[in-house]
Amino acid sequence: MTNIERHNYDVVVIGAGGAGLRAAIEARLAGKKTAIISKSLFGKAHTVMAEGGAAAAMGNVNSRDNWMVHFRDTMRGGKFLNNFRMAELHAKEAPDRIWELETYGALFDRTKDGKISQRNFGGHEYPRLAHVGDRTGLELIRTLQQKIVSLQQEDFAATGNYESRIRVFAETTITELFVENDRITGCFGYYRESGEFVLFEAPAVVLATGGIGRSFKVTSNSWEYTGDGHALALRAGAALINMEFVQFHPTGMVWPPSVKGILVTESVRGDGGVLRNSEGKRFMFDYVPDVFRKQYAETEEEADRWYTDPDNNRRPPELLPRDEVARAINAEVKAGRGSPAGGVFLDVSTRMPAEVIIKRLPSMHHQFKELADVDITKQPMEVGPTCHYVMGGVEVDPDTEAAAVSGLFAVGEVSGGMHGSNRLGGNSLSDLLVFGKRAGEYAARYADEAARPVKVSPAAVNAAVETALAPLGRGEGGESPYALQSELQQTMNDLVGIIRRRSELEESLARLADLKERIKKVGVGGGRRYNPGWHLALDLRNMVIVSECTAKAALEREESRGGHTREDFPKMDPSWRRVNLVCSLRGEDVQLERKPLPKMRPELMELFDRAELSKYLTDEELAEFDALAGKAGA
Amino acid sequence: MMGEVRNFRVWRGDADGGQLEDFQVEVNDGEVVLDIIHRLQATQAPDLAVRWNCKAGKCGSCSMEINGKPRLGCMTRMSTFEATETVTVTPLRTFPVIRDLVTDVSFNYQKARELPAFAPPAGVAPGEYRMQQVDVERSQEFRKCIECFLCQNVCHVVRDHEENKKAFSGPRFFIRAAELDMHPLDARTDRKDLAVEEQGIGYCNITKCCTEVCPEHIKITDNAIIPMKERAVDRRYDPIAWLGSKIFHRDQLDRPAGHTTTGVATAERPASSRQPDAGSPSTPAEHAASHQAQGEISMNWHREAPAGQAAPVGSDGRLPVTEFTGQMAGAQSPFGDDVPLPLPVDDINYQHPSRTDEG
Repeated sequence: MTNIERHNYDVVVIGAGGAGLRAAIEARLAGKKTAIISKSLFGKAHTVMAEGGAAAAMGNVNSRDNWMVHFRDTMRGGKFLNNFRMAELHAKEAPDRIWELETYGALFDRTKDGKISQRNFGGHEYPRLAHVGDRTGLELIRTLQQKIVSLQQEDFAATGNYESRIRVFAETTITELFVENDRITGCFGYYRESGEFVLFEAPAVVLATGGIGRSFKVTSNSWEYTGDGHALALRAGAALINMEFVQFHPTGMVWPPSVKGILVTESVRGDGGVLRNSEGKRFMFDYVPDVFRKQYAETEEEADRWYTDPDNNRRPPELLPRDEVARAINAEVKAGRGSPAGGVFLDVSTRMPAEVIIKRLPSMHHQFKELADVDITKQPMEVGPTCHYVMGGVEVDPDTEAAAVSGLFAVGEVSGGMHGSNRLGGNSLSDLLVFGKRAGEYAARYADEAARPVKVSPAAVNAAVETALAPLGRGEGGESPYALQSELQQTMNDLVGIIRRRSELEESLARLADLKERIKKVGVGGGRRYNPGWHLALDLRNMVIVSECTAKAALEREESRGGHTREDFPKMDPSWRRVNLVCSLRGEDVQLERKPLPKMRPELMELFDRAELSKYLTDEELAEFDALAGKAGA
Repeated sequence: MMGEVRNFRVWRGDADGGQLEDFQVEVNDGEVVLDIIHRLQATQAPDLAVRWNCKAGKCGSCSMEINGKPRLGCMTRMSTFEATETVTVTPLRTFPVIRDLVTDVSFNYQKARELPAFAPPAGVAPGEYRMQQVDVERSQEFRKCIECFLCQNVCHVVRDHEENKKAFSGPRFFIRAAELDMHPLDARTDRKDLAVEEQGIGYCNITKCCTEVCPEHIKITDNAIIPMKERAVDRRYDPIAWLGSKIFHRDQLDRPAGHTTTGVATAERPASSRQPDAGSPSTPAEHAASHQAQGEISMNWHREAPAGQAAPVGSDGRLPVTEFTGQMAGAQSPFGDDVPLPLPVDDINYQHPSRTDEG
């Protein structure tokens, strides 16, 4: 029998991005012995890719901003499908979470009076994003990483051991969660470095594994984004919601081919960048939906005035929510007005002097120069839609982030509900701080109350070992993991991509079913030490099951909303707004259920215009709203 | 965009040893070295180990040595090589190999732990931090660091000297120390001393290799190491201070007199007025202490010794023997002919004991 390293913890956090680190900090501050499982090295998580900033209504730049405006923007961006309570908590708590980072040593860019500077971003009514140049994600991850190191230093001073209360397991992948009597008892995985197995016994597990982007071919996501947490939760008996909503970032690089998918931050547009088609036309003016017509400029002159005088002019349409921009670009390309590489042109070079561009977008400038030999101060960029973020994820309690299985929590991209059908730029960094803290806090509280000791049964461990070793056992005679991955990515990209239709979705499900069978026969050569082929083979079963959820839910939802666009159902349908599609696992198959959305509290409802609500709500709901307003008025 | 076949050599092996293996692999327009490594994985060597994440030069995972130069695989364009050139890819040399291109970089995480974290200012609540952009910019430069550890890998002090690793933190952590030292609100005042005592910054001989390889173009040597060293030189290697420490009790001087006063001064100054003071002659209290020390010994060892000068020989290689052919009238000066007399007082080694009352 293989040797298995065993550990006992109060709280195990799977994932070492912003959400995981924030949760771990909170659990450790609550006195719990905490483990952080990092698929990569400590501090390399995908959070570093977030460029724009973290949205928080601090009101440093425009004092009219407050949590209610932020809440409204978030709901509007998510097309009212958000879990209202999560959006509310997020808007209320984000400023505190940002300020807290400064006490950990973060250095945000400043306003003239020395406060944290805030920038404009698509979908946000006021300048709201705390930022550091365009490397805010890096600042965030580094700050949290350094906070954890500082906690370890405190523990070293107290106990002589840096890792006595909080330990990072770097380059470790979790392949199984253990559940006994509907309670979490621990998890199991392997060290990449040695290929040795490791078992954690713990009453509370926080999933913070990020998204599913690796299932798509053109994606900004790294190899880690294989939907591990989504799949672990499913197999543990929890449910996923909103999986049909996948955000395609409108502006990923489309040239050169090898860096296809790398994102060009939206702040390029916030700072004055404009989108043009191959005819040189600034085409976004043709794509302003009725819902937004009031807030967006109708002429180039007005749009240009907005950058210097936002109070008296309406915003340029380049700052529409990102799904609108993605759809517009897609339409232009399909109409034959795209760039040579199949995107459109994003231009800052003719809009600002070179020094200003370098100052405002330093890493963008650097990235394009290094990767593509393109000087963005001299020529336009070629950009197009790219898979970026999944709104769907584990269904959790909004206040505690607890999933349906006792002891399981989910936070960050792997959790669902907060962003509804579409996430606003900048809301993910604040999301992971706000709910990371809450998940850590409630996981710690749960660990206090949970029965001890927790034990994982030997049979369950043996089964996990067998599953993990199977691809190596089949050796090179099995299906190639690289070929399977590439087929899966192609399928998702072509058939479950930015624009969807019934026939394609049905075909995708057939192909996924076939892939699922073949993935059972995946085989790899080589040994257990740092063998990427083996790692991919184990990730594949997660990727395929999560892809199935996305495809099934996308087929079921017969409307277009946010990150889900059906060519055969191009309109938003108010009756669909009241429905969440919930995925769970029965045996090996994904089951889909419809569940009603929680009903927004009246005082939150009243934050909106009736005219605006009428675009989202059913007549029945509107009548209720009117009755309410009437009562308030009387 | 048709691909062409290029020659690649990749180091394969583990802690027990290994060798370079040759590959013929397709390369397309616009690709980078990491793309080629991935193609090798997908087509010829499925278990070829390599670290990578973002593929955009932002996470610092894919550090490797390409034709002997430490680089990020994702930021090295294939177009920078000749079509006929063999591209050789090896793991970072300074760290122990795990497998193939993956090395054990835990050294860096250990050093990170040994450096005291940001110390929040007492009595400033979250949300009340006020700093000026110009003051945070110096530290922000260092916070651009993506922890690729190329600077650590290239640093001569540890690259071929395993024995130095214990006492030396390396450039990555000198910029971290500098970042905290220059942080407008960090409450610790001993960052420079720690750099010397705990991090071994004295080992650095400023060859700037770290600056050259930094993919973020952080001016590691000029903006971090030299300012951190300057203060260190001032305090640690100043012969006066050294002599003083022989005369006074060690603990009176070892932590310089400015230690406590600096803390007070920082607290009184608003953050925005904090000047880049690295290397400047520190606080008045220290001045007084050094004057006192000078008085005790009557010698200004701190004076810069004049450079030697050649004798003013004529075209025939001989000293002029008469004042008619010499450069000046009269005999040559024993101080050197280019020294104006009387000499500036500060330049004289000897100090009259009575002058110690001044100031």
